[in-house]
Amino acid sequence: MTLHRAVTTVAAGEPLIVLDSVNKWFGPLHVLQDVSLSVDRGEVVVVIGPSGSGKSTLCRAINRLEPINSGTITFDGKPLPAEGRALARLRSDVGMVFQSFNLFAHKTILQNVTLGPVKVRREKSASARDRAMTLLERVGIASQAEKYPAQLSGGQQQRAAIARALAMQPKAMLFDEPTSALDPEMVGEVLDVMTSLARDGMTMVVVTHEMGFARHAANRVVFMADGQLVEQAPPDEFFGSPKSERAKDFLSKILTH
Amino acid sequence: MSVLVDHFDVFASGLWLTFQLCLLSAIGALILGTVAAVMRISPIPPLRWVGTAYVTVFRNCPLTIVWFFAAFGLPALGSNADFLRIPGLTSVFSRLGVDIPYFRFAIVALSVYTGAFVCEAIRSGINAVPTGQAEAARAIGLTFTQNLRHVVLPQAWKAAIVPLGSVIIAMIKNSALAGFFGLVGELSNSGVNLTSALGEPIIPVFIGVSIGFLIMTVPLGLLLDHLERRRAVAR
Repeated sequence: MTLHRAVTTVAAGEPLIVLDSVNKWFGPLHVLQDVSLSVDRGEVVVVIGPSGSGKSTLCRAINRLEPINSGTITFDGKPLPAEGRALARLRSDVGMVFQSFNLFAHKTILQNVTLGPVKVRREKSASARDRAMTLLERVGIASQAEKYPAQLSGGQQQRAAIARALAMQPKAMLFDEPTSALDPEMVGEVLDVMTSLARDGMTMVVVTHEMGFARHAANRVVFMADGQLVEQAPPDEFFGSPKSERAKDFLSKILTH
Repeated sequence: MSVLVDHFDVFASGLWLTFQLCLLSAIGALILGTVAAVMRISPIPPLRWVGTAYVTVFRNCPLTIVWFFAAFGLPALGSNADFLRIPGLTSVFSRLGVDIPYFRFAIVALSVYTGAFVCEAIRSGINAVPTGQAEAARAIGLTFTQNLRHVVLPQAWKAAIVPLGSVIIAMIKNSALAGFFGLVGELSNSGVNLTSALGEPIIPVFIGVSIGFLIMTVPLGLLLDHLERRRAVAR
């Protein structure tokens, strides 16, 4: 099954998401400080770092759920538009998976997955439905299609949320701590789906605390602390020999247990 | 209490007219209130100002004053509220189409006044919808209007149903003022007529009028309790 849209303007290996000197304040709090980052097409970038380091804000800035104060963000060669139809169109090309799933509580799993294709892409409901079922099959919850989100386990809900994002056939996927709200025994099933997506060549930005996923699925690990992008390297290099004191300190705290 | 039996037809037709007034006003208030609520949360500042101004004026003015302006202000401006002569509706609700405009003025007064309270009830419902729902809707590319229509409002309605019910019950009781602003034949006006024109004793007549209002408000209250219980189970 193809996850990517046939027409793409950026070839593999070229930057799809580019952040250039991005600054963001929450009141007096400088949460993103001069952050520059480029993500190539097909690349899987995992963002790690201590709480409050600005990882989530970075992730949410990419589809402008958090507007930035200065700097530029370009997606697929075009700068992010201001709020309005153009932005809605851009967001439909960027899948997003949230920490708290955010499935539409009043709609069934199947309706959750077909809403975007039918309303945003104007697809026929029969074809949207077929594709939704294929996606639900792929994430392993086709049998839950007619249930409501509250009737599913956390892991199933998060897999449904991934299917909902994939249904838009996005050019990239953003994951904002997708496993942080899950019971430990459900983390694996969600990471499995994400790993298979990564293998298929999806461009992904993943904010996570799952170091195992960072090690085996990421092309690059980005370490953030105090609103700054401190260090970035391939996973082996980053986990094997971190350069900055801040990263060494962080890794020593999380890897000793 | 024989007046209740002797003039049963008067009470019944009064109840029927009041029921029509309340039904149409409730629909009007729900439409106005929803539009005002959407305006108050819209990203466009002038729309927000209009919504806020509407609620501020009509939530804070006494209903009698609003009704006074509807019944005397509209004619002074040359309007007989003819925009309410909606084809189709006039065949079901014949009073809507008659030349004497007081039924239409009553709908305008009740709808506009109640709409302000409906707006706030719906807004509290909108605030009860977790922000993640609207964020997820934006993230898949829904526009502001689509987001409201398909994600936020359906959930806000459910959260607002109980406060909305209280607003509508209050509106039904407020409709008793209609007779004093020219609407002949509604429930409380019928009561007044029975006592003043036919000399029927006041207390039994107004017990009859009360029963008429309770026939409308009590079942509505029960329906709301039922909906609330069902919602509690679903959660």
